[in-house]
Amino acid sequence: MATANAFSRRAFLGGALAAAGTVALAGCATSPIGAGLVGSPLNPDQLIFWNLFGGGDGSRMQTMEAGYEKQHGGSGALQATVFAWGNPYYSKLTLATVGNKPPDVAVAHLTRAKPLWDGGILDPITEADLASVGLSSTDFNQASWDAQKTDGKNIAIPLDTHPLVMFFNSDVVGKAGLLDSDGKLKDLTGLDAFESALAAIAKVTGGTAITVGNVNENATPWRVFTTLYHQINGVSPFLSDNGAKISVDEDAFVKVLTKIQEWVKKGWLNKGLDYAGAQTQMFTGKAGFYLEGEWEITTAQSIKGLKFGMVPIPNLFDKPAAQADSHTFVLPRKDRTPEQRKQAMTFIKSMLDQSQTWAMGGHVPAYLPTLDSSAYKALEPQADYASAAGYAIYDDPAWYGGSGSTFENTVGAQLGLVQQLAVSPQGALSAIKGQLKVYTNTPSPL
Amino acid sequence: MTAAPALTRRSQAAAPKARRSIGSALARGEGRGAWLFLAPFGLFYIAFLLGPAVWMLISSFFNTSTVRTGLGSFAGFSNYAEMLTRADFWSAMWHTLQFTLYTVPPLVIIAFVFAILTNRVRRGQWFFRLAFFLPYILPSATISLIWLFIFTPGSGLWATAQGWVGITAGSGVLADPKTAMIGIAIATVWWTLGFNFVLYLAGLQEIPRELYEAAAVDGASNWEQIRYITLPLLNRTTTLVILLQIIASLKIFDQVYLMTSGGPGISTQVALGLVTNTGFTDNRLGAASAASVLLLIVIVAIAVIRQLIERAAERKAA
Repeated sequence: MATANAFSRRAFLGGALAAAGTVALAGCATSPIGAGLVGSPLNPDQLIFWNLFGGGDGSRMQTMEAGYEKQHGGSGALQATVFAWGNPYYSKLTLATVGNKPPDVAVAHLTRAKPLWDGGILDPITEADLASVGLSSTDFNQASWDAQKTDGKNIAIPLDTHPLVMFFNSDVVGKAGLLDSDGKLKDLTGLDAFESALAAIAKVTGGTAITVGNVNENATPWRVFTTLYHQINGVSPFLSDNGAKISVDEDAFVKVLTKIQEWVKKGWLNKGLDYAGAQTQMFTGKAGFYLEGEWEITTAQSIKGLKFGMVPIPNLFDKPAAQADSHTFVLPRKDRTPEQRKQAMTFIKSMLDQSQTWAMGGHVPAYLPTLDSSAYKALEPQADYASAAGYAIYDDPAWYGGSGSTFENTVGAQLGLVQQLAVSPQGALSAIKGQLKVYTNTPSPL
Repeated sequence: MTAAPALTRRSQAAAPKARRSIGSALARGEGRGAWLFLAPFGLFYIAFLLGPAVWMLISSFFNTSTVRTGLGSFAGFSNYAEMLTRADFWSAMWHTLQFTLYTVPPLVIIAFVFAILTNRVRRGQWFFRLAFFLPYILPSATISLIWLFIFTPGSGLWATAQGWVGITAGSGVLADPKTAMIGIAIATVWWTLGFNFVLYLAGLQEIPRELYEAAAVDGASNWEQIRYITLPLLNRTTTLVILLQIIASLKIFDQVYLMTSGGPGISTQVALGLVTNTGFTDNRLGAASAASVLLLIVIVAIAVIRQLIERAAERKAA
């Protein structure tokens, strides 16, 4: 009796399993599980777009994505995913492409697109691709267009240039007597003019005059340092030979960082503030100046009652310079049908057409029809610092370099510690050399 | 008190008998069926653990790139030489060890103390069991967020508490290279205490009540009962807890990645963080494999050394 029972139960379970299997197989072609098993896209009509924009940029990008969806088939037309900024993003983009699951279009910093290209992660963009959506190479800011060209190929389509700029709190600097009658910041060119401005602001705030995020934040100290470093005449690039050599001008390195430590010791520059803390100080009037990329304009605009302005970093040494990078669109390596290429290019064109929206977020457009438009020229305070894009300093090419890269993190971490007065400029230099040795000595894995 | 050695002896005597009965079962041909049932797990084990481990060992001798197929050019021992001469590798190894030193003693001792205290609670014991174990079921991302809030410079709970007792909050626990690892260790102790606690509590509940009653009749104080009954009888649990804890602590990654990403500077970068950065950010899979093998050697060495010490101590006791 017991045996019979067991047999019938097994038969029943077996039958049920077989039935379930048949249903699952039948649903293979369209179900998510089926798509996962055979590696086909979930929804072939949907464009997959990856980016790394958070904060103000993130909301502008969402507006632009909505603009694309409205024109090209509704909310199902686009699947946009945002990843953590910097190395984690590029690691994911690389691994997804190596694993044959790349997005259709991705955002990359211009300085990061180069190592991606070297690693075979990107598809080149041909003139025919550009022409298919009515674009040509003359539609772009020549500096950024030339910068993206690698091995004679177009590897990325620049959307903007984003230089480091100086934000100022109008109330604070006004009390310090640094505004002219139009409410614009007076010219602070030269170290003496800048330092007396800092002293005047410190008197108003009763403490800090200028803030730079340097705790849990590596990129900002690097941006500030490299801006000031390149303001000195005749300095060598930090890295040369595609990252095989550290060629930094040591005297200039020490000169800039000694100045920074001097400001900290005088109480003008903050000793330890994280990214958000540095801007909060300026927004709340506890500091007059704040150095960061122009993208923080959206955050500044969202603060109720804050009156602020933005200018290029004043030239403190010999010539103006501003550390910058460009956001670009890249096509990760992938087998594409002509329709898919056209779809990807259409998306990029749609984004470029909305450059004005993007420019509201502070970035200087690379797309000339927008840059030259009267609408852009009327945009305040964007127009006040757009000139900084003209003397932009891109990070030196290196397989471990670029925005948010190992290079920036390694060097920026030490620079942040210099500002915390935890290490001397010489100590930072030897730590940087020690930590980068492995990268300078290693042949590029790309 | 005399019962304790008797208990140990019984379990030792029982072990060989059990092994023999398994042997005879295999001899009767039931072994084949067992293998069949193990096969699905075995396949996954080979595909996702043994296979990658062997690949790791091989690729550690090559300049393997993450973005290129194949092993790449032969590198010999140069990946190992590089890692062994890299200051940041040693610093990452030291931070791993530092984290282990910070977390293992509290996680073992506090778990033991809390288990004993909980075991003495007569009513509502479930509440304490739940309270201590609850953090453990949370994912590491949640834990990291909670403690990031607590350690937020200026406005976090920690800074507020410092304000109450009149200390001016500095740049924050996680921002200072000297205290960042301690901050991560505190978060980890709070998080994983529950696991060891449950193991100890289970061990405690195995100890027969009569032993304590007999000891109490003989006039042993509470402390003497813990010292001469609880501690010796929990020996096996302690051995297990310490081993599991050392291995878990050496494998530290999540909290560091989520709370400080190795910062400030590289002052909390741990071995697995270095492996991840080398393999997936620098695209140097070969070098990352070499670092992983070195970490594996350290973990195995520590586990073996601990085992040897344990065995020596046992022999001395016998």
